[in-house]
Amino acid sequence: MTKRQSRMVWVGVLLGGVALAAVLGFKALRENMMYFYTPTDLAANDAPRNARVRLGGLVERGSLVRGEGLLVTFTLADCAQKVSVRYEGILPDLFREGQGIVATGALGDDGAFTADEVLAKHDENYMPPELAEGLKSADGRHNCAPFKSVNGNLASADAPALAR
Amino acid sequence: MAEIGHYALILALAVAIAQGVLPVLGYWRGDQRLLGIGVSGAQTQFALVVLAYAALSLAFVDNDFSLTYVASNSHSQLPLIYRLSAVWGAHEGSLLMWLLMLTGWGFAVSLSSRRLPPDIAALVLATMGAISVGFLLFMLATSNPFERQFPVPAEGRDLNPLLQDPGLIIHPPMLYMGYVGFSVAFSFAMAALITGKLDLAWARWTRPWTTTAWLFLTMGITLGSWWAYNELGWGGWWFWDPVENASFMPWLVGTALIHSLAVTEKRGVLKSWTVLLAILAFALSLLGTFLVRSGVLVSVHAFATDPARGVFILAFLTIVLGAALLLYAWRAPRLVSDGAVQLVSREGLLLLNNVFLVAAAAAVLIGTLYPLVIDALGLGKISVGPPYFNAIFLPLMVPLAVLVGLSARIGWKRAKLGEALWSLRWVALTTLIAAVLLPYVLERSFAWLAIAGTALSVWLMIGALLDVTHRVRSRRDRWQGLRSIPAATWGMTLAHFGLGVWTLGVTYAGLFSVEKDVRLGPGQSAEIGAYTFTFQGTEHREGANYQSDLGTVFVERSGQPIATLNPEKRLYPSQRSVMTESAVDHNPRRDLYVALGEPIGDADWALRLYYKPFMRMVWFGGVLMFFGGILAASDRRYRLERSALNAPVTSAQTAAT
Repeated sequence: MTKRQSRMVWVGVLLGGVALAAVLGFKALRENMMYFYTPTDLAANDAPRNARVRLGGLVERGSLVRGEGLLVTFTLADCAQKVSVRYEGILPDLFREGQGIVATGALGDDGAFTADEVLAKHDENYMPPELAEGLKSADGRHNCAPFKSVNGNLASADAPALAR
Repeated sequence: MAEIGHYALILALAVAIAQGVLPVLGYWRGDQRLLGIGVSGAQTQFALVVLAYAALSLAFVDNDFSLTYVASNSHSQLPLIYRLSAVWGAHEGSLLMWLLMLTGWGFAVSLSSRRLPPDIAALVLATMGAISVGFLLFMLATSNPFERQFPVPAEGRDLNPLLQDPGLIIHPPMLYMGYVGFSVAFSFAMAALITGKLDLAWARWTRPWTTTAWLFLTMGITLGSWWAYNELGWGGWWFWDPVENASFMPWLVGTALIHSLAVTEKRGVLKSWTVLLAILAFALSLLGTFLVRSGVLVSVHAFATDPARGVFILAFLTIVLGAALLLYAWRAPRLVSDGAVQLVSREGLLLLNNVFLVAAAAAVLIGTLYPLVIDALGLGKISVGPPYFNAIFLPLMVPLAVLVGLSARIGWKRAKLGEALWSLRWVALTTLIAAVLLPYVLERSFAWLAIAGTALSVWLMIGALLDVTHRVRSRRDRWQGLRSIPAATWGMTLAHFGLGVWTLGVTYAGLFSVEKDVRLGPGQSAEIGAYTFTFQGTEHREGANYQSDLGTVFVERSGQPIATLNPEKRLYPSQRSVMTESAVDHNPRRDLYVALGEPIGDADWALRLYYKPFMRMVWFGGVLMFFGGILAASDRRYRLERSALNAPVTSAQTAAT
């Protein structure tokens, strides 16, 4: 092989590799992207049914119901709309009624959301930015009265089971 | 005392400016005295930052809650060791730690500067000084840890309980050492571009620094993964969380840099590529800082957010990367290669390895930044989950693993592919047999992914040893042969072997883990494979600064008791936060993992049970790479004095290690 040919082989290998990586990459990206919705989006039928999405909202007080085994249902709401969520598994440490969470799962044909993953954040005043924005409040705090007061007055009711 | 710390930082800024500007002026004018300011500046700056760091530590020891930072991250009940580690427990302090590392690296370079030509040493230190200026400005302007508050609170708000763990005491410093360490390679690259000299000697100076930075990063990532496994209570060891990615991207590019530096040293080629990688590795470290500190991410690691900080770091990143790339575009064409690269040669394979590593880093970068870009453009809120990263990352690792074994039998410069393949026939055969047998013997499986993973792992481990065995065989006296192997080769062997061990762990823990979330009352049990987990209930405990429910779980295997595990649920009242302390019974073969979920009803608990085969191998592989890095960085040939002979050995590398 002449020097020129060998260089062309190199360039070919490189281009081929880059192209392959790009194709695979964008295919994988498209297939694994999850959109974020609020209960209002779901109520307005903005979200696709039976596709994996992320749903963020506040857990409505008094809505948590335990079922058989590890099954739980609760209502997730933003300031305007509610959606019922079904989840089978262990809730995160920071899951509390009145608190903001993000559930990953799919919206069924019956309008109920089945989650396979529930995330809660570490700070009681902290909320995932996308959720905070969804709730139309810029500072990361929220003030939907039915759920939780801004200054944490309802703190004692929030403490986990452990403290009882 | 706090004011002294603050004052020391301001002084350090002044010194850093002098250190960043004057040596460059000296280089331009050929003024030796100005060049010398690099060394004295780096040492003064280090002393000042140490002073500031000591001042902050003292404030934590004394529970000086008049400092806002101390009050928000400490508590009088907090054990002393955690009060000391709380210094880097949040944004401001970890920035100070970052700065301490940066100036520490500068100090180490200044100590070894006698081995470098004065102009190179001065330019390297000037670059590091300029980077320091950026971070000092950032700190003084937006994140001063010495800020006082009034009125002084009687009690602190306590350290985030997640961080009250031995793993977390050393994870951040290790990670920062790695991140910041790439600034040295970056500075050497700048010096090479400015002087236009990039020769064998330059590669030899740069290699140990890069390897040292890399080994710290390796350890930092490994520790982080181990900590997440133990503390987060999800039993996972890697989540493709954006902040994990932020540390993983510099690691990938840093790994590529180590390999391309080897080529530059041995063959004098790929020079401008090496320089580019050095720039990228540090740029990705800065990007990591930006991602973690700006609050654009939703993550375990995201500290309290302040948009001004994000903007500052982004501007700093733009300036550093922009200036470096401009200089690169202008000067890199001067870096002439000493020869051409043949595809079938060790340097050719190393270049391929670079392509795969950089492609992997690019894929991770796209997955990490894409949601941010989409959000910034107002196109919706999306997230990219682990399936994307697994789908893209794992296929890219396959050719890398194949290359490692292959390159052991391919020489520098030019080689015959056929001969190399033929000489590997027994290795290949062994690999194949092992790959088919092992998954069946260990897990009763013929899954093709398990076979492929085992094959790669065995291939890597044997391939790693080939270099050593070959060197031993080529001597008549085997013992002599063994002793003549340089430390760098041992280091490479160990690190590649570690990669094989890691692959084994990832394959088995990934494919054959069994997870069960169950609801158990006292006396009830659940089974995973041959293991029976019996829940005995929980009892209440009082810890130093927390209360806990301590569970007891007996594990039996076919009637034989294996272990008693005590998973714990802790409540830290000062922050009103709950922590899950999982309990793990482990041996090299498997982990049995139990975490308490939540209490349900009167005495029932939700429990998370795991069986994870070869889980330890994932971290053990990382540890092997770490020690491989130490061996490689300590190779004697990097410590050869410029002026040879008599000078005493002040090895900055060992000091830094």
